[in-house]
Amino acid sequence: MARMLPEPTPETRHFWEGCKDGELRLQRCTECTHSYFPPRPFCPKCGSRDVEVYAASGKGFLYSYVINHRPRPDMGTEPHSIAVVELDEGPRLMTNIVGCPQTPEALQLDMKVQVKFEKQTDDISLPLFEPAKG
Amino acid sequence: MKPKSVAVVGAAETTKMGKIPDVSVLGLHADAALNAMKDAGLKPSDIDGVATAGVSPVELAQYLGITPTYADGTSVGGCSFMLHVRHAAAAINAGLAKTILITHGESGRSRVGAGGFGRNASSLMGQFEMPYGVTSPPTMFTIPVLRYMKTYGVTEEDLAMVAVIQREWAALNPRSSFKDPITVDDVLNSPMIAWPFRMLMCCLVTDGGGALILTSADRAKDFPNKPVYVLGTGESVETPMVSQMEDFNSSKAFRVSGKKAFEEAGIKHADVDHLMIYDAFAHLPLYGLEDLGFVKPGEAKDFVRERNTAIGGKLPMNTNGGGLSYMHSGMYGMYALMESVRQMRGTAAAQVDGAKISVCQGVGGMFAAAGTVIFGNEA
Repeated sequence: MARMLPEPTPETRHFWEGCKDGELRLQRCTECTHSYFPPRPFCPKCGSRDVEVYAASGKGFLYSYVINHRPRPDMGTEPHSIAVVELDEGPRLMTNIVGCPQTPEALQLDMKVQVKFEKQTDDISLPLFEPAKG
Repeated sequence: MKPKSVAVVGAAETTKMGKIPDVSVLGLHADAALNAMKDAGLKPSDIDGVATAGVSPVELAQYLGITPTYADGTSVGGCSFMLHVRHAAAAINAGLAKTILITHGESGRSRVGAGGFGRNASSLMGQFEMPYGVTSPPTMFTIPVLRYMKTYGVTEEDLAMVAVIQREWAALNPRSSFKDPITVDDVLNSPMIAWPFRMLMCCLVTDGGGALILTSADRAKDFPNKPVYVLGTGESVETPMVSQMEDFNSSKAFRVSGKKAFEEAGIKHADVDHLMIYDAFAHLPLYGLEDLGFVKPGEAKDFVRERNTAIGGKLPMNTNGGGLSYMHSGMYGMYALMESVRQMRGTAAAQVDGAKISVCQGVGGMFAAAGTVIFGNEA
């Protein structure tokens, strides 16, 4: 069963194009410097429309998660993490932590993680995260 | 809103509760509405305002034969009915309608006439949460909890204790889905749903409904039941995506809504005799106790463990057994309101002796929205 995938809108296309190009793109307000996610063409803090897209480091830490023991049919049959990562730039986003056992022992809160783009189709790559190397 | 200017004069749940495979969603709304009208001694022609979520107020009005001058279709999840009470109180005070019916009905378990779950892959949730395998509330509502547990040293046993104490309340209620006692070990040995949540930390899935009728306080005295006055109300919304909650240790919507309601009612926490906190999952009463200001951040686990919210405790909470043991059709807020009204009328199965003020806190979506209603039974 094919994984449920996002349908980008004009306001979010830069983010998904970035994932395809191996770059985690956030937005930042050029007036108040606030970095934010999810994408929108204005600053949710001050309301300014003067915002820019920039490439984030792709680094952050594991903020919170669950391990789903009843996976959705398109997510396979094994328990898997559904996580929220806080990026070094500030914003948080939902993701899966991959590249490590899907257990409470392996998934420690505050552990450093880094983005790993996983190609799903020609149009969509998902920003997943794995334990940071080194 | 001026406290005590509006009162609940009709309140009833559906005739049956639990598994109701022979009634549709709309039928459950109607059953609850007819029971509430009977409770208040009213006919559909006496109702001039309608509010509901799940179905449209248009559908409800036509089905029941009501011609309203006020219609509220606010739909922000399980606390929609708290918002309906708030809006109805304002509408009655503003003269938009005199007698307002609020209904809930949901075929959560049997899914009769219930439609499917819509998924929009281009919504923000569809783009930024659905791709990671979230399914239903057990994989979304629970996501902030490991952070909360780490921040305040909350254990799995603490979460289990919430379920254990609510089962004790449920045992006193003949209409509860689950009445048999459970222990912390029972909860911790129940099947894993989404770590750290086990089955007995998650709400039921049942069929049912409920309805309320509100009118002005000066008219309320003429109804057959003891009026239950609205002392204060609050509402707020935060985010449709749980991953974007400002703080995983606390719900902003709870804090804003609760503060507003307490200010409006002009009461202190020590004045509260009875409390309902929407418990779709075991962590919600902990967040609610803290965010409403009954205890300081991080103290709810001890407050519950020391049995303050249990039978005989100083702040009886979720006395119907809650969403964990009483019933949970999907939008549980109506049943929390029902129990507050019963406690204020003095007719609850687990009646709190002499209770004069009840606080009823609802949540919508996954910490997406909140509604607070404070009731009293003294004019």
